[in-house]
Amino acid sequence: MTAPEVQDYVGFDTITQQMERKFLKRGFNLNVILVGESGMGKSTLVNSIFSTHLVDSQGRRTAQEVIRKTTEILPVTQTLDENGVRVRLTIIDTPGFGDQCNNEGCWVQVIKYIKDQHAAYLERELKPQRDRIINDTRVHACLYFLNPGSRGLRPLDVEVLKRLTEVTNVIPVIAKSDSMTLDERTLFKRRVKEEMAFHRISVYPYASEDDDDEDRMLNASIRELVPFAVVGSEETIDVDDKPVRGRRHGWGVINIFDESHCDFVHLRNFMLRTHLSDLVEVTAQRHYEQFRTSQLRQIKELRAQQAAAAAAAAGGSGSSQPPVAPLPHQPMTQA
Amino acid sequence: MKSTAGNTGGIQKKKMNGYVGFSNYPNQVHRRSVKRGFNFTLMVVGESGIGKSTLINTLFDSKIFPDREEMPPSAEPVKGVDVTSMSADIQENGVKLRLTVVDTPGFGDSINNEDAWQPILENIESRFDAYLAQENRVNRSKISDNRIDAVIYFIKPTGHCLRVIDIEFMKRLHTKVNLIPIIAKADTLTAGELELFKAKILADINYHGIQIFKPVSDEFDDPETVADNREILSKIPFAVIGSEKHVERPDGTPVRGRRYPWGIIEVENEEHNDFIKLRQMLLRSHMEELKDTTDMVLYENYRTQKLLSMGHVQDNNVFREFNPLVQMEEEKRAHDGKMQKMEAEMSGVFQQKVNEKEAKLKQSEEELYARHKEMKSVLEKQRSELEEKKKRAEASARPITPMEQQHPTKGKKKNIFSGF
Repeated sequence: MTAPEVQDYVGFDTITQQMERKFLKRGFNLNVILVGESGMGKSTLVNSIFSTHLVDSQGRRTAQEVIRKTTEILPVTQTLDENGVRVRLTIIDTPGFGDQCNNEGCWVQVIKYIKDQHAAYLERELKPQRDRIINDTRVHACLYFLNPGSRGLRPLDVEVLKRLTEVTNVIPVIAKSDSMTLDERTLFKRRVKEEMAFHRISVYPYASEDDDDEDRMLNASIRELVPFAVVGSEETIDVDDKPVRGRRHGWGVINIFDESHCDFVHLRNFMLRTHLSDLVEVTAQRHYEQFRTSQLRQIKELRAQQAAAAAAAAGGSGSSQPPVAPLPHQPMTQA
Repeated sequence: MKSTAGNTGGIQKKKMNGYVGFSNYPNQVHRRSVKRGFNFTLMVVGESGIGKSTLINTLFDSKIFPDREEMPPSAEPVKGVDVTSMSADIQENGVKLRLTVVDTPGFGDSINNEDAWQPILENIESRFDAYLAQENRVNRSKISDNRIDAVIYFIKPTGHCLRVIDIEFMKRLHTKVNLIPIIAKADTLTAGELELFKAKILADINYHGIQIFKPVSDEFDDPETVADNREILSKIPFAVIGSEKHVERPDGTPVRGRRYPWGIIEVENEEHNDFIKLRQMLLRSHMEELKDTTDMVLYENYRTQKLLSMGHVQDNNVFREFNPLVQMEEEKRAHDGKMQKMEAEMSGVFQQKVNEKEAKLKQSEEELYARHKEMKSVLEKQRSELEEKKKRAEASARPITPMEQQHPTKGKKKNIFSGF
């Protein structure tokens, strides 16, 4: 069916500007969770991406400090402003993850947190009187930090990634990739992609039928880069009197914005400049919807069970109405 | 040698008038050692991919460890910790070294790494046990020494304090082996970060009372050695990189190193990493000390503990002078006493057993008797019942037929049966 020709200028193309204005007024939420062992470079990387000191490293600094025994969830919210656009940025750190001798179940708290946010949103959505704008605390992206030098994915990575990719958009990164030569990085990336395919772990970006050719090409080039081999830095150093964000070694200076040095620029562009709204949308459309469907189904089943039980009881004692099932928004414990 | 005033058994210092020649003794020792050859056993511990094989191959400039083969994603990851060893005979300037490197694949790679140190500790102790057994043999002319001389523990370059698994491992093993912790993949840390990191590691090590191998100078060392030792000590724990490949410097010279887009890090450049210091300590200056400490301190401690736990008691009487006859008399008396005691014990035990058996037999006798009585009474009852039946049957008996007359017992039996 060919689209009819518009004769005069109607003006509906200003919708983009109208949306922009709305956005400027409202601002938006962005929630990113960082998952990786202590010392992988999580805090530095996230501070580099947003060019702000957002989070402090939670690594153990002195011998006297007690070693954490479990994974903690530490959300930190700040409002950033760029050209009038306000973002309420929440970075969720997970200190203690993967730091024990026995890391069985260290992912449980992380998965629980992500599901709790979906549950909280669902609860507010289902209220008879909803807020006009529901504060979106759902996790839009998860930066998963891989260990440089390992052959590929470690057993812990496989277990956690399988579970994480079911509830949120996962972006795998190697944060301290300055210990890998370019050849080693290529080998590692290939290896990781093979293993993810084998274990059926699907990371963001996902292929979708709505994608046009441009999107498809962009996504394909992103997928080539995954996992992003990046280097983070909060320091600016002088190289030939020019300020460079990077790291100075005795044998050379790393410029994190140099594409030949690392994938930092690609990661930042991907996360913030091209796929930011997509991250939020996919969270709502894919992960949240999945959660919602399974939750509502559970409620339905629960209600049916209770009705059946009540009917059986009523048959015996000739009594009351079936009890109404409360909304099971208690946090999920299965991970 | 101090000279004491007067000749009260003190050692006097004497001066010789000419060259005697005993100063050639160390050379003789040297020649003999060179002829015999040395052995050195090194263990490497660290998670997969941290650079163990590369470092060993770099240290000894030969492919001790082959390239690791690529496993398909479907391959099962190593469960637990394996302990494998690889030996190589290498030679340098006529000196033969049998180098054994013990690898520990799987350490720290699983999700659950609790007790990952256990197989490693067992391996170290079994080597001590093997040596102990050989020492106790009757013929000790050929003792093969495969005790671990040093463990190189690879620390991840996190920049933070030590991880739980690092602390646990080192705490369990530091009294059994010479522990040499190193910072692996040092090319990921800047000089400033490295300084802080080393300080944190040492603080952690001190806090947990972990003893690592340190070069110490004593009063006999010449000032050069003392200076060298101090320099080595200042760099501990060493931050190293390894590389088997050669890269070209901007001026064209080939060096062992790693090429990055931002520069080349050279293995043997002391400003880039501490590889030289590690090699110096491990091979060039302190190999003998490592072996010595293993033999004289670590092994001896292990041996003492083991023998004590097995029930041996330190018998200082062995060192007193004795008269063999008196000794034998004493021994005989002790032995007799022991024998008597044993006899008394055994007869006591025997008596006890006899009593028990008697009691048991009595009990079974009584039981049997009781049963016999019971059965008898049952039989009596049956008999009386049968008598009754017989009487009843006779009372209601029809005239005896000729058949029954002929076989009266048969008829009776028939009645008995039909009565049932």
